Amino acid sequence: MLIKDALKIAKKDLYTEWKTKATIGAMLIFSMLVVLVFSFAFDPMRANVQALIPGLIWVLVVFGGMLGLNRAFVAESKNDTIFALNIAPIDASSVYLGKCLANFILLLIVELIAIPFLFLLFDYKFDLSYLGHFILVLLIGTFGFISAGTLLAALSAQTKSAEMILPLLLFPIVSPLLIGVTQATKVFLNSPENLSSAISWIQLVGAYDVIIFAAGFLLYEYIQEV
Amino acid sequence: MIEVNGLVKRIGDKTILRGIQLKINKGETVGILGSNGAGKSTLLKVLAMIMKPTFGTVTIAGQDIRKNATALKQMVGFLPHASMVYDHFSPYENLKFFGSIYHIPDLELRVSELIDQVGLKLFTHEPVRSFSRGMMQRIAIARAMIHRPQLLLLDEPHTGLDQSAVEILNQVIEEMKKDQATILMVTHDFMQAAKICDRFIIIKGGRVADDFSVAEGDAAILYERYKQVVEGGKAGC
Repeated sequence: MLIKDALKIAKKDLYTEWKTKATIGAMLIFSMLVVLVFSFAFDPMRANVQALIPGLIWVLVVFGGMLGLNRAFVAESKNDTIFALNIAPIDASSVYLGKCLANFILLLIVELIAIPFLFLLFDYKFDLSYLGHFILVLLIGTFGFISAGTLLAALSAQTKSAEMILPLLLFPIVSPLLIGVTQATKVFLNSPENLSSAISWIQLVGAYDVIIFAAGFLLYEYIQEV
Repeated sequence: MIEVNGLVKRIGDKTILRGIQLKINKGETVGILGSNGAGKSTLLKVLAMIMKPTFGTVTIAGQDIRKNATALKQMVGFLPHASMVYDHFSPYENLKFFGSIYHIPDLELRVSELIDQVGLKLFTHEPVRSFSRGMMQRIAIARAMIHRPQLLLLDEPHTGLDQSAVEILNQVIEEMKKDQATILMVTHDFMQAAKICDRFIIIKGGRVADDFSVAEGDAAILYERYKQVVEGGKAGC
């Protein structure tokens, strides 16, 4: 039942996005702009610039994702629809799960467009035999970021300056995750010979994901409690 | 149906409800009156399970709201000031979504029945963001009724409604009364309160200051009693 209810909430959020295109449009434009500005700032032809790519990937994920996270709960405060979810006979965790799922899918769509765009502008090539590893890092990194971000977005949406509070709360909490995913991405894209080091980083990120998702799942109800 | 014992609600440093004692029987229609800031809406929010009591116990149908909230929410319908509907969705889409999270069987049928009932058939697929306050309230009524609640909580439901919307709302309430639903209505509209409710509770300073009944439709007596309690300084019980 919890999963079914979560899917209904995710479907509602994605359908809203399909109708309004308000969030994904902003996320995409912002991410593309980051890529574009960096492509002008650094000469893509220089070899040392290629070393920046793993970092740039996570910069665009974080900044693009932040816009989506902010909207997830701020949009629910209009007409107090968040209360309509809170008074419904569903587990509070299903709202968190549904919101996580919708945010995750939206951010994946942004990544699917913005990352190839980044590779294209920087004329970046990497060993395609590590593409699966790279996608795995993207998936677990995005999942951890969204799990932490959705919980903190629910918390910050209850304040008057939600859009300012969220980054302040989120950045310190996702720092370990960002260090881990950037390091793992760097290994897979630039120096795949250090595979064991990447696996250690992935293990760190995996543990982070499990802890933060469990915390969100358990704490969401208390965050909504007045 | 509802038993409230020593209900205290604090928000930050402010104590909104200061030991509410209340018992409401099944099928009663109760008007909750009081000046602004008395704690009427907070009481309704606690009963709707949006807010949790700081102290005290609240039971609905014999079950503690702290322990059985999810099951009890299926019994409660809440119509607050805000419409609690999605602006960019049509009445159909809103009711379909809320019906799905209330796990309503035969949802399509229930949605079209409610849209008919609140007189929005012509606007079934129009986004509600273009609706007037009255139309918005109609869809909000339908949302609150989607799961046929046994306990309906209404917070100033007549505010800003045109005459036909008032009639629709009153008709919905009358039908619920016939079905032996319990209704609690916070209101400042004494005419409507006297017409609809069979018992009145006045809240003053976070306490129940009076609990009484008046003859049906006698708004003048109701107002006199209200004035006497709220402005006359009758102590809370």
